[in-house]
Amino acid sequence: MLTFAASKRSESLAAFLDGDLRKDLLRFTTAGSVDDGKSTLIGRLLHDAKAVYEDHVASVQKSKINRSGGAFDFSLLTDGLRAEREQGITIDVAYRYFSTSRRKFIIADTPGHEQYTRNMATGASTADLAIILVDATKGLLTQTNRHAYIASLLGIRSVVAAINKMDLVGYREDVFIRLQRDFLALAAQLGIPLVECIPISALAGDNIVSASENMPWYSGPTLLGHLETVEFRQIRSLDRVRFPIQYVIRPDSHFRGFAGQLASGSLRPGDALVALPSHQETRVKRIVGFDGDREQAFAPQSIAVQLENEIDLSRGDMLVSPSSLPAVSRNFSAAVVWLHVDPLWIEKPLLLKQTTRSVKACVRRILHRVNVNSFEHEPAERLEMNGIAEVEVETSQPLFLDAYTTSRATGSFILIDPFSNATVGAGMVRETFVADTTSLEERNPATRVAAPGDLTAQERHLRHGHKPGILLLGDRLSLAKSLERALFQGGFESVVVDGSGVASPVLAGFLTALYAAGLVVLCTNTTLAPEDLPELPLEDIFKATEIPAAVKQDAETNGAQLIQDTLSFAGKLRLSPEHKPAGKEF
Amino acid sequence: MTVRALRLPEETLIPELSETFFPTALEGRLGDLATLEDESIFILREAAAEFSRPVMLYSVGKDSSVMLRLAQKAFYPGKIPFPLLHIDTSYKFPEMIEFRDSYTREIGAELIVHQNREALARGANPFALGTQRCCGLLKTKALLDALSAGGFNAAFGGARRDEEKSRAKERIYSFRDSQGQWDPKNQRPELWNLFNSRIERSESIRVFPLSNWTELDVWLYIHAEKIPIVPLYYARERQAVVRNRTIVLIYSRDELLPGEKVQWIKCRMRSLGCIPCTGAIRSEADTVPKIIEEMISFRRSERENRAIDHDEEGSMELKKREGYF
Repeated sequence: MLTFAASKRSESLAAFLDGDLRKDLLRFTTAGSVDDGKSTLIGRLLHDAKAVYEDHVASVQKSKINRSGGAFDFSLLTDGLRAEREQGITIDVAYRYFSTSRRKFIIADTPGHEQYTRNMATGASTADLAIILVDATKGLLTQTNRHAYIASLLGIRSVVAAINKMDLVGYREDVFIRLQRDFLALAAQLGIPLVECIPISALAGDNIVSASENMPWYSGPTLLGHLETVEFRQIRSLDRVRFPIQYVIRPDSHFRGFAGQLASGSLRPGDALVALPSHQETRVKRIVGFDGDREQAFAPQSIAVQLENEIDLSRGDMLVSPSSLPAVSRNFSAAVVWLHVDPLWIEKPLLLKQTTRSVKACVRRILHRVNVNSFEHEPAERLEMNGIAEVEVETSQPLFLDAYTTSRATGSFILIDPFSNATVGAGMVRETFVADTTSLEERNPATRVAAPGDLTAQERHLRHGHKPGILLLGDRLSLAKSLERALFQGGFESVVVDGSGVASPVLAGFLTALYAAGLVVLCTNTTLAPEDLPELPLEDIFKATEIPAAVKQDAETNGAQLIQDTLSFAGKLRLSPEHKPAGKEF
Repeated sequence: MTVRALRLPEETLIPELSETFFPTALEGRLGDLATLEDESIFILREAAAEFSRPVMLYSVGKDSSVMLRLAQKAFYPGKIPFPLLHIDTSYKFPEMIEFRDSYTREIGAELIVHQNREALARGANPFALGTQRCCGLLKTKALLDALSAGGFNAAFGGARRDEEKSRAKERIYSFRDSQGQWDPKNQRPELWNLFNSRIERSESIRVFPLSNWTELDVWLYIHAEKIPIVPLYYARERQAVVRNRTIVLIYSRDELLPGEKVQWIKCRMRSLGCIPCTGAIRSEADTVPKIIEEMISFRRSERENRAIDHDEEGSMELKKREGYF
């Protein structure tokens, strides 16, 4: 009997250990306004999920403070710092941990007070899911817009609207339905793909861990039930390898290992790689580990790689797959959240850290500031703390970039003030201006890596006084020739390319090279489309609309309209006076 | 390797996804401990690359043991590229000192031991000074002195955010001013895994690679990785007294207060500190799996037996502001 009991116990323990090691880890963030009851919700979640120790509960019971209006102030379980216990508000991001039999959780508990937008951005930056609290007695507030906007900006795909304080509205279904409809509309506007609305009372414990008896009309999951089962994993492409070099391990002269965390993709010994910025080609020899070599590594594993040949590679460089290169660029647009009391201004000297790479940088242009309450775009010359704007960034050295929506790890960066050393901004890459090649073979002047000292696109633009552009004019060669002269006389470097009958890929390569030279190209070819020039920004390509056969005889009026359109397109390529090269050098 | 072997098998991929998108990797497939391991190794390498003089605070406890193993992995096949620093109050358990010396020698790590000799010569002890002042002198001051003596500008610590409420708000890179002090209201925002390592000459950063680990994670990892730990963590019959409802181990008769009598108690330490200020718990757990089993049934936090945390509400926060780890 005894042996049986003992072996059964050790079996269940082994099963537990095994099960626990297999659990996955969901990171979520919480956002709510000051009185939405967010701390109470988290305290309740931890308490009801049995994640709070008895002595912590006892110390809350002993505490002189109880602001909850209930018998037990759950918010005190999470409000950590003295100052906030005294002021009754959460003033900084706090991290909480709990697990259930199904999953482990890390909560980034972020304050909802207006001036702390930066804290929510911080918490959201590592989160897979966001819980946004809505007070059922108040409905959606401007803060709700702000919280949902920041969640979507930081790339959170899964959002829960916790409609709280249902006890104070008599647990009424119509109140919930109305708020759910409002929230779904908001999420749709922001393009948040996965949304769940749950009616709860954090104070009374309704629908937190167990289904509420007060809301029999609600058949959806409880909050914890949803957190335990929601699908949050990002599908990652195995073949888009991004391996930023973090540390070079060199125990002796025979071994050189490149250590880092695989940002995306997977690696196996023998895989071909390209080193950036050198563009040298190499192969994986071994994936070396303390526990033996690995057959394969996946993002986000921390690994060390030995390469087959000696190449120039150090911290800040990146190994990537030759079939799918990142953009290599010094100029890109980004969304920036400003985190510091000293505002951001154009040309302010900054340091930028992206992956393991740190470079000098500045913001060349603020495209617009985003009003996070109304989502309206506003013109701005500065960006104050907690402000969010779309900007154009220029760096002293090229970065290896992906759009943030494609890859958080290679599309995110922080900005540091080089004088105070403060972290002043957080950015998400939108697009690169010199978009990159799809393969090494297609290396051409428009997409070539700009090494330090290389002639840049900007320098060409400044000399010509305009940005390059491609005008696709169908079969109208004579029109192209007259436009060439008109533009030339108007101060443009213009050239006609008669591409009729030339295969699209060949023509595309030729046009891209002329574009890289900074020219305005007037091209005749009836099949080439803007999509055939993937390296070039769409706004720099003009395509004349086809003239329907029925109105072909009316070609003259049509031609006049076309000339007007092309001239107005060319006008937009001209550099505005504010584009003058102020403070060009770093 | 044990942890990685437990990665979810292929068939647990969500079927419709694996059919449509194969071959793809799913984030989260690694299992949570392996994810934590990868994150901690990233932090260790990042700080080692960015700071000129890093050091690892090695307290000899279970968290330090895990941190040390992660450092071995992070720089393998190289050696750990920074020294370990142990702040020895002289009131540590003899088993800790023995383990410290033999284990660091075995793995070939460089060890620095520092004591506040001046305060000890003046007879600093927790009974005369109270735990607050004693810790201030023998731990906080000793640590700050050792860091400045070594010219260290980054110090790894094994603190976890789940340990205590004020630690829940700690950054992974925790900025300290020229006095080694922490200002909780003026911390650098920390987004993604992009850490700001910029400091002036006299300033420093405390780096916490285990920030996101829980006590259970630490034990599961010790189990999975078979990491050696100080035997005091295992339950055994030990000589002790019960003082203020706490079990205090007794190593010599001099430690007895008037009226106390030594008894044999089957007990173990849940966290390791100084002999007079760290209580043992009654336990039968003499193996790591049994400790884990006991932990799961625990309803009380690991630092409850640490006198320093309970002097006054928010006392850990006060100590941290002054420079305590």
